[in-house]
Amino acid sequence: MTIEILLPAMSPTMTEGTVAKWTVAEGDKISAGDILAEIETDKATMELETDEEGVIGKIIIPGGTEGVAVGTVIGIILEDGEDSSSIGEVSVPVSAPAEVVLEEAAAPETQFVVEADLPEGTTFTSTTVREALRDAMAEEMRLDDNVFIMGEEVAEYEGAYKVTQGLHAEFGDRRVIDTPITEHGFAGLGVGAAMAGLKPVVEFMTFNFAMQAIDHIINSAAKTNYMSGGQIRCPMVFRGPNGAASRVGAQHSQNYAAWYAHVPGLIVVSPYSAADAKGLLKSAIKNPNPVIFLENEMIYGQSFEVPDIEDYTVPLGKAKVVRAGTDVTLVSYSIGVKFALEAAEKLAAEGIDAEVIDLRTLRPLDMETVIKSVQKTNRVVCVEEGWVSCSISSEISARLMEDAFDYLDAPVLRVTNEDVPMPYAANLEKLAVVNDDKIVVAVRKVCYTKGDN
Amino acid sequence: MKFTLICKIYLDDEWFVTEQDGLINMARKATGRKVTKSGKPAARRKPLKAQELKATPDELTGFYRQMLLMRRFEEKAGQMYGMGLIGGFCHLYIGQEAVVSGIQSALKEGDTILTSYRDHAHMLACQIDPKVIMAELTGRASGISGGKGGSMHMFSVEHGFYGGHGIVAAQVPIGAGLGFAHKYKGTDNVSVVYFGDGASNQGQVYESFNMAELWNLPVIFVIENNQYAMGTAIKRSSSEVKLYKRGESFRIFGEAVDGMDVLAVKESALRAVKWCREGNGPILLEMNTYRYRGHSMSDPAKYRSKEEVQKMRAEHDPIDQVRQRLLDGKVMDEDEMKAIDKELKTIVADAAKFAQESPEPDAFELYTDVLVAE
Repeated sequence: MTIEILLPAMSPTMTEGTVAKWTVAEGDKISAGDILAEIETDKATMELETDEEGVIGKIIIPGGTEGVAVGTVIGIILEDGEDSSSIGEVSVPVSAPAEVVLEEAAAPETQFVVEADLPEGTTFTSTTVREALRDAMAEEMRLDDNVFIMGEEVAEYEGAYKVTQGLHAEFGDRRVIDTPITEHGFAGLGVGAAMAGLKPVVEFMTFNFAMQAIDHIINSAAKTNYMSGGQIRCPMVFRGPNGAASRVGAQHSQNYAAWYAHVPGLIVVSPYSAADAKGLLKSAIKNPNPVIFLENEMIYGQSFEVPDIEDYTVPLGKAKVVRAGTDVTLVSYSIGVKFALEAAEKLAAEGIDAEVIDLRTLRPLDMETVIKSVQKTNRVVCVEEGWVSCSISSEISARLMEDAFDYLDAPVLRVTNEDVPMPYAANLEKLAVVNDDKIVVAVRKVCYTKGDN
Repeated sequence: MKFTLICKIYLDDEWFVTEQDGLINMARKATGRKVTKSGKPAARRKPLKAQELKATPDELTGFYRQMLLMRRFEEKAGQMYGMGLIGGFCHLYIGQEAVVSGIQSALKEGDTILTSYRDHAHMLACQIDPKVIMAELTGRASGISGGKGGSMHMFSVEHGFYGGHGIVAAQVPIGAGLGFAHKYKGTDNVSVVYFGDGASNQGQVYESFNMAELWNLPVIFVIENNQYAMGTAIKRSSSEVKLYKRGESFRIFGEAVDGMDVLAVKESALRAVKWCREGNGPILLEMNTYRYRGHSMSDPAKYRSKEEVQKMRAEHDPIDQVRQRLLDGKVMDEDEMKAIDKELKTIVADAAKFAQESPEPDAFELYTDVLVAE
């Protein structure tokens, strides 16, 4: 039996990669531990090592091939006594990953408003969210020596999710600081540095781990300006991926947006597009308050148009209509915007024209933009990749009751993740997370239509 | 190499109590402990040799005035709490005055300090006006936090005082962060972070020790060991009661100090400050001290005997010790001391009057300072 060499998944969210080059040729003898090829993901280049003994029988996917799906057979190893005649029909990519497939490469094919008030003739560069975040930090660090970044693996490793790629090389040990695994401690240390006038950007590898540090975020960072009568400021950013990743289970898949948005003294930001990620992170770093900046691992690799404007910032506290529509308003943030946009496309096919609002900042909430939309559509569905109780969606719903009740023609519905800890099994995880179909069903309800199915 | 050990035998500091002329003296006993054959005796370093305890007449007078001001201020705060003029929690520093007085005397402009909620005296040591402290205790607009912080949450950037922190041990990593900022800005300033024996069992203290030593931060960790974490005696809360050893695993040198003797405190602080200013990283001082009052105003202190408190007051009182030195050295006579006490009582009475007569904050202040306007 020949042995198939499959393109491995090198991270929980990797769906495809590039076979950068083969380091062996057909006919080469190999043994366990040999490096066969170099595989590039959007984060890093990794070596593919073999556990097998034999001879390279065939290279199926040549070096330099991009966009190879995880599980694709990229080569064949012949075992003792086999030759090329033993190579049978190559199986097609092993079962496609059962997980929720989220293309990392391209944004959904929908209309997407970048920013309404850009100067005429603005040019754009396609940039991933990951690069946009890095660019924002690099630009702010160039502008202000007081800005520094600290966190686990941010320097030499270049970020667990490669968000800080290149920063250590440019800014060195003084300003890009690898911390021990000590969230409570380094969050508090960052707060102290901010109180003394520095502007720390504290990266949490994910916000799940920030629960260890939440006392400092809330009791030390958020409240001290108030308690000191405005004397002690805390100009800093706590940032990192938030929400569900893929197949990492309950302790690593939680959305903390509502937790932080609950707290006066904090500004909470959670962008979707790369342009917003860049513009908002720059605004967050410049801001004299503690800012919680919630990213999403699933969209780090997604590309968007980012305006080529020097010192491009997006104002905190402003929502954005990312898709104009007339029949229903979908209010969301972060990866929820992606699901909302996908749902809007499906709804368009049914003749329902949905407006999609990306909140972008969750505290303070830009209810003005939401209510303006509701005055037009009279129907609202909140979309959130997170739990439903006391969620951002709950808050939007309550505020609409208070301030826009007379404009509503239907109850506000909340489409969120299921009210359970995140399961590991692929099918259960898929059931637990919000998706476009769940949104479509809710929209039909508020529009009082049956739909096609 | 920073950790090269020069001497082959080093001292293991131990507290012991001896009866001498009817006085109990806390002192350090030197016990020789040999290095191991590998030649790597320990991570412990001896930064500088202890110096003789000495002070000029002016310094002694200064300590007397400052500590007595703290005492009178706290006594007044206690009275005002009893009268319902101060609300919430109120933690008095009576008995511990020598610690902050001695350490502050070793600091200079630009150095920063921060502590827990037992913070009134630390602010007085920073030369903050007693009036604005007392007015904060009564929750008035003229209080140092505009009446929005209260006893536990007071700050003054101008005076290098960074709080006033209500969560046990939360000030420790923040203090490490202040040290980080001193180093980042390229100054030779130091960060002094005070915390209690109770706080010394919090995990974040050790996270801070680790980073402070790893990054060579100019931080003096001062454990104010007043023997009780609220009502829990140190022996009941801590597997290692010699708290100056708590930095050993992090290669942070620690030293136990008689925290009831302001000159001993000052002497150790001078060495610690020098150590930090010269870029040698953090250092740990365990100040053995005692609080005469309960943990807070609502604590009847049933967990210890009246005799124990009385003995400490009678035999170790930090103010009495300075007083005796002033008399012995003929720096001052009884009458001059009484005059100082009278003057301080007037200052405190004025502060109390100010704190009662100042108006409460305007209602609109409810919404100010939540965020800093850009």
